[in-house]
Amino acid sequence: MDDANHQPIIEIRDVVKSFGSVKALKGINADIREGEFFSLLGPSGCGKTTLLRLIAGFEQTTSGTIAIAGQSMKDIPANKRPTNMVFQSYAIFPHLNVAENVGYGLVRKKISKADMTAEVEKALSMVDLAGYGQRAAHELSGGQRQRVALARALVMRPKVILLDEPLSALDKKLRDQMQQELRSLQKSLGITFILVTHDQEEALIMSDRIAVIFDGQIAQLASPEELYRRPVSRKIASFIGVMNFLEAEATGATDTHFTIRVPALGEVEIARRDAPAGLQAGQINVVGVRPEMFTIVSDGTGSFARTATGTVISTDYYGDMTYYSVALPGAADPVTISMRNTAGRSIARDGSEVTVGWGADSIVLLE
Amino acid sequence: MPSLSQESRRGLTLISPTLIYALVMLAAPLAMVVMFSFWSQNYLDLDKTFTLANYRETWTQPIFQVLMWRSLRISLVVTAATVILAFPIAYYLSFHVKSRKALWLFLITVPFWTSYLLRVFLWKVILGYNGVLNSSLMELGIIKAPLTFILYNANAVVLTLAHAWAPFAILPIFVALEKIDRALLEAAEDLGDGPFRRFWRITLPLAMPGVIASTLIVLIPTVGDYITPKLVGGTDGLMVANMIQIQFGKANNAPLGAALAVSSMLVVAAISLGIFLAGKKFGGKVK
Repeated sequence: MDDANHQPIIEIRDVVKSFGSVKALKGINADIREGEFFSLLGPSGCGKTTLLRLIAGFEQTTSGTIAIAGQSMKDIPANKRPTNMVFQSYAIFPHLNVAENVGYGLVRKKISKADMTAEVEKALSMVDLAGYGQRAAHELSGGQRQRVALARALVMRPKVILLDEPLSALDKKLRDQMQQELRSLQKSLGITFILVTHDQEEALIMSDRIAVIFDGQIAQLASPEELYRRPVSRKIASFIGVMNFLEAEATGATDTHFTIRVPALGEVEIARRDAPAGLQAGQINVVGVRPEMFTIVSDGTGSFARTATGTVISTDYYGDMTYYSVALPGAADPVTISMRNTAGRSIARDGSEVTVGWGADSIVLLE
Repeated sequence: MPSLSQESRRGLTLISPTLIYALVMLAAPLAMVVMFSFWSQNYLDLDKTFTLANYRETWTQPIFQVLMWRSLRISLVVTAATVILAFPIAYYLSFHVKSRKALWLFLITVPFWTSYLLRVFLWKVILGYNGVLNSSLMELGIIKAPLTFILYNANAVVLTLAHAWAPFAILPIFVALEKIDRALLEAAEDLGDGPFRRFWRITLPLAMPGVIASTLIVLIPTVGDYITPKLVGGTDGLMVANMIQIQFGKANNAPLGAALAVSSMLVVAAISLGIFLAGKKFGGKVK
């Protein structure tokens, strides 16, 4: 993405937030671009919800600044900010019906009753709840509550919509569906969405960019692909998807390349630009390989310049995929290898000897 | 007796002690009072022929109407004052006390550690002609002669009752406020409401069940209170319950007293129902 076309809608500078003696956020810096789907991803207690609440105005920063649309949000209360939130519990007002819930924030805006009804109905149809206006709050299912909460935020036409784990209470089928709908709604409206989630898969599916937060700090801020393909640290690599870690050392370094020796696999050259910024040769002691970056070269099919031979320890059959655990000589732990069960591919049995193919681009350098 | 399912029999067994207690101690006396109200007193005997004479007297004699109105007025003022003063306390307790809520609740109940009668007497000591309040104000030179409008009238009754019933009003409101999901308040703020609008649109409607409960808990017993008016009310502060007591006692006209009691019970019930419905309407369809 070209930065010039995406003015930051939110600028977060050196934000620190302490609760008593506990530092929840330890200096956050980030620019969130206008119109993007931005996710704050991290384990529970990492501070991601705190950051969202700081943007919304429910908490005040201990130090540092947050600006929305170029305006500093210091001393601006939540009710005066151009943001609206979809709460984790949805926070549907129990004493109001669906239309009154959705129109709640419009009452303050000086618009006619007819316009308000039209706006509410429009927002409800956006979330596929047209005609539900007169339903009482307690008559709604979990998925419908979620939609009402979303409509209630959309109707305000905010610059930014904040979503605090909005899908965590839904079952898997509904969650998958809502992920698609949220994503397409965001794209068609062009409103900036900020999503807080602990579900890495959800973040990968929905986001334009993801900030991974560990222990009150942004560990990596990147696109989903970048984050998956080039995690900068071992911690991020194991948080996002599955990663095999193999012992390694740098045997040589030029201006453009590292030469890495991985005892289990062999020697490989990796461009510096594919490595985490500022990585020194002496720091390299582990590399990562995703399960799908290995191939079991069964029956001599497929051709790989680089191969290793190992023994199958166990197999996990998932229908479309099979996960193998393969012991490679020189590797401390068995590696996990995933294979699509395409037509004609036989499944290697436990204990059988297999040839594992890999490429130079399979290897991820880690801090 | 029609055969009961095992479950309902077990249920009945479970509540039977309470049920028997309620029947013997509540329903039976109430039924007796209603019965009495249709009889008449014949010097020392009761004339058990059915008559509506007591009710006729109750609803036509000016003295009873005056007393009934005064009782209602006093207890409505007491209720309004108590609930309005209780709300901020309950609100503070629920929203601003972060730790030691239990200690606060405990402190609120402290006035109950002394008997009701004693507390009424204490108000007499405070408000009396040579009481704490008057002598302090005179010592300070704020007043020259003791204030007399503070004791032996309706004001004193209102003050004493409001103090006595405060905890009963605080607790239901506190419970209702505690039940409000704090995310709802944040959502209202997020949607543009300032503190006052948010209070009016979210907090108060959702606290309404507690407010109604407090109102009824204070209103119903205070209409029938007779100790407080007797001790601090003077002649201007007499209430309907004092008249009922007199009819059953000195006046030796239990049927008239019973008719008075039943009448005031109906009036209070009608008012309570009105308050309940009005509150429900304002509080919306909270489920």
